[in-house]
Amino acid sequence: MLAVILALVVVPLAAGIASLTASPRTAAAVTMTSGIASFGLVLALIPAAAHRTLGYGPYVRVDAISVIFMLATGFLYAAVAVYSAGYVRKETEGEGPAAARRYARRFYALFNVFGWSMLVAPMMNSLALLWIAVEVTTVVSALLVALENSDAAVEAAWKYVLIASAGLGLALLATIFAYFAGAQVLGQHYDLALNSILPVGGRLPHTPVRLAFMLAVLGYGTKVGLFPVHTWLPDAHSEAPTPVSALLSGSLLAVSFYAILRYYQIAAAALGSAFPRDVLLAFGVASLLLAALYLLDQRDLKRLLAYSSIEHMGILAIGVSFGAPVALAGVMLHVLAHAAAKGNAFMGAGVLVIKFGSKQISAQRAALDLLPWSGPLFLLAVLALSAMPPFGIFRSEFQIVAGGFGSHSYAAAAVLVVLVTVAFFGLTASTTSMVFRSRRPAGGRAAPAAEPATPAVRPSPGDDRRPGGPGSPEPVGTAGVTVLERAGTGRVLTRSEPSAWMVVPVLAGIAVLLVLGLHPPGELAQLISRAVTQLGGAA
Amino acid sequence: MDPVQAPGVYQGAANVIAALMLLLEFGMLRQALIRDQIRLYAAQSALISVLAIVIAADRGLPDLYALAALSAALKVVAVPLVVRRLLGRTGHDESPGVAGSYTLGVANTVLGSIGLAAFGFFCFGALGIHSPVAPAAALAIAGAMVLVAFGLMIVRRDVASQAIGFFSLENAISLAALVVAAGLPLILETAFLFDLLVAVVVFAMLMRAHHARAESLSTADLTQLRG
Repeated sequence: MLAVILALVVVPLAAGIASLTASPRTAAAVTMTSGIASFGLVLALIPAAAHRTLGYGPYVRVDAISVIFMLATGFLYAAVAVYSAGYVRKETEGEGPAAARRYARRFYALFNVFGWSMLVAPMMNSLALLWIAVEVTTVVSALLVALENSDAAVEAAWKYVLIASAGLGLALLATIFAYFAGAQVLGQHYDLALNSILPVGGRLPHTPVRLAFMLAVLGYGTKVGLFPVHTWLPDAHSEAPTPVSALLSGSLLAVSFYAILRYYQIAAAALGSAFPRDVLLAFGVASLLLAALYLLDQRDLKRLLAYSSIEHMGILAIGVSFGAPVALAGVMLHVLAHAAAKGNAFMGAGVLVIKFGSKQISAQRAALDLLPWSGPLFLLAVLALSAMPPFGIFRSEFQIVAGGFGSHSYAAAAVLVVLVTVAFFGLTASTTSMVFRSRRPAGGRAAPAAEPATPAVRPSPGDDRRPGGPGSPEPVGTAGVTVLERAGTGRVLTRSEPSAWMVVPVLAGIAVLLVLGLHPPGELAQLISRAVTQLGGAA
Repeated sequence: MDPVQAPGVYQGAANVIAALMLLLEFGMLRQALIRDQIRLYAAQSALISVLAIVIAADRGLPDLYALAALSAALKVVAVPLVVRRLLGRTGHDESPGVAGSYTLGVANTVLGSIGLAAFGFFCFGALGIHSPVAPAAALAIAGAMVLVAFGLMIVRRDVASQAIGFFSLENAISLAALVVAAGLPLILETAFLFDLLVAVVVFAMLMRAHHARAESLSTADLTQLRG
């Protein structure tokens, strides 16, 4: 197993370095290989981690909880690596070869390092190293958010790096107080290792542990996107390149949640689980409430999905707060299912944005018609996100709610169900309008005001499908504007997929969601039940 | 509480250094030039190295000498150098958008920060966390510094002050770490410091990107994204 872990530490980092010098095509291939290899390596860890905790020296420790979060990252890293091959080519289409090369080089190098940092974080034995790994994820992803180099992207990146770093400052204070608590029992020279602090949890002094847990929830919670420190999240998710949004949302938030779980373990051992559970319940319900309300009125597709991430992180926090084994098992499954579903949703959204040339929901319609694969797949992804059976999130949320009722948290479980339903309305209302709304604007009216006005006839050499031109299947609106132009270009949209690379990983995601929802494999179930035991799954 | 006793030389020295760090934090609140802000930051970082040396000498913790040297090399020399280099001309000239970037007036800002500092001081003091290594008042001062650093990031509307606010927040946490976690293994401290250096590089790159687009370091026009 040591070889597997070493390979996980080396492969994505090497891919990142290799991408710095390679041509865009090679870099895409290297990234894809690294992503798929990493996912395979994490899968290889499952059987061992389902039965014992793997520890190597003072710095590496892999247990069932780690592997679950690494699985989420590993899968998304692989899926999004494949997706990026199509995305980067589309994104750099209109640019000169030098600019395209520069973009691809930066994108792939940072992307691999980002994946690496998220895979390494859950392997860290020491809370200090965990903090460092999470900080690395922040700075790398901030550069990725700024990659588009538009006004909005730079603004989002600045907000992100400042707010997240300030939050991580609090998390560093938490680390220091955790050290102080441990030092009272283990002596001054210990290295914050989980495998030394967890066994003595019951003897830790209360005040520093309480302080450390609160600071950790607030600090790492900034990166998880818990209310009220979520404000960077919708901006960064909406302005980042779409493959990065998928990783941010499905994987980065989960990795930060992993850090909170480690502090939860320590706090539960030292203080009993009541205090940490109450704290998580409060943050979880507040986040879920905020997200559910914001989901009802979103005009930007990627922001819609970002708020849905806040919703799901709230559900995770509430699930842990229930404390019942079945709820904790639901939380672990939810981490995996959310990664797959949110990854799919963002990948689908990326295709829609490329197709329609706008992130505005009002600019997108008839996706089912225009995108023979991505349209239906996006719809399925949103249904999966809204916890429709037979997908994985249905199973996980069902377990969480069942755990809530089982542990007599009736009010919280009821609130959870109501708010998830509100979120469902918000998500599906926007999505159905994008997917099903007819191609033709009602009554031949002009485009909605939110869209950039486009002249009906624009000379575009080599494109005979000009609106109103010969052979154009599209009607021209009374104001001389058709809705089904690609925003800002004046090109009429036809039924086609931008790239096959952007469809295949989504199919894989659907397969994963179905497997998780219908019948999780035995080894995975064992892994989850071991993780639940480690989290102290007794109510 | 014990009856008030005169602090010994060691305690007095440690507390004075911590208090000076807090004063420098207040200095950053109202600096108008990046150059001066970076100088204040470097001075604050130098003080923390001095404190580490004082603790190392008095309490016989040889690790802390190495930490002091490393911290000085990175925070007093490397970080200011990196920030200035990456900001180029912007860092030397009149720093557009930095002077007068207050949300509140200067007087209100300082008064508010004094309130914050007092709040932080008494909160951390009330925790009753005593360290075998350093005087407890230093921890309370670190708490005050954390809050003032947050205040600095909030009231100043320019990227340079906000970044300096974050860097000095890290200094405040280092101070707290010296008090309650002086025995933290050197290798972890080293990792923290290099991590900070990476963060500084990224901050500076983003500041440069912002300056290139907005022709100013002010964040007043960063209003596209909300809700």
